[in-house]
Amino acid sequence: MPVDYIPRTRELYNAYSPYRWVENHDTPPWTPLKKPLAESKLALIGSGGILYRDQPRFHREDASYRRIPRDAVQADLGVWHFGYRTTDAEADHNCVFPLAPLRELAAAGVIGEFADPAYSFMGGVYSARKVREELAPQIADELKRAHVDAFFLVPA
Amino acid sequence: MVEAAGIPTLCMTSALDITRAVNPPRAVFVNFPLGHQTGKPHQPELQRSIVRDALGAFETIARPGTIVELPYVWDANDRRWEETDYTANFLPPRPVKEDAETIEAERRARFIASAGK
Repeated sequence: MPVDYIPRTRELYNAYSPYRWVENHDTPPWTPLKKPLAESKLALIGSGGILYRDQPRFHREDASYRRIPRDAVQADLGVWHFGYRTTDAEADHNCVFPLAPLRELAAAGVIGEFADPAYSFMGGVYSARKVREELAPQIADELKRAHVDAFFLVPA
Repeated sequence: MVEAAGIPTLCMTSALDITRAVNPPRAVFVNFPLGHQTGKPHQPELQRSIVRDALGAFETIARPGTIVELPYVWDANDRRWEETDYTANFLPPRPVKEDAETIEAERRARFIASAGK
């Protein structure tokens, strides 16, 4: 059975002001894929707090993001996030930030290209406004400039 | 935001209720503990398989707001993780600021020291 995380999160944060979920009741925006996945340039973003080498860590309420080279390997990467259990992500970032699977799927022709860089932020930003007004538009601009065809989001 | 800017998006989730509330254009759900949306550590074939199946939803989802559920099972013989995941005392305590700065300095020093090599 899928776990009900909304009541569990309320419980964990009950010392603070009530946790208000983002709820979108309208039909989501929609852009069709313009070409087959096998011909598409796909970009990755993860909110698991992944850092590349000496990139500075994330802070509380930090809506900044880091560019992670597509070819980064485990030894290059760190994790800075206190909102989920990071033990496994620290041992193998591909649990929440699947660089290796996407490189392999690009090599196998399942996707046309794995866009370089990938993007990382720390999902413990309690202001949805910051994410909507600061983080998301910057990322959208970068993706458009890079002619990305499809965007894969992994919220950790 | 990105979808509205003209780039199709797909969200990979393991929190079905949260994703239903947020209602993204396309989503894929796998019933794994939080922090393992794209698989278990050191299981590259499982990770690749989950990501490949997830990306397939770019081509199969035709209606905005659809959530595709993938049939992967974390542990067929033990579902106890569902009882404890993300409940009280599940998360380690956050380090106090001084400890956080020490951890950060040590993490970065490893790379700064090796940068000249």
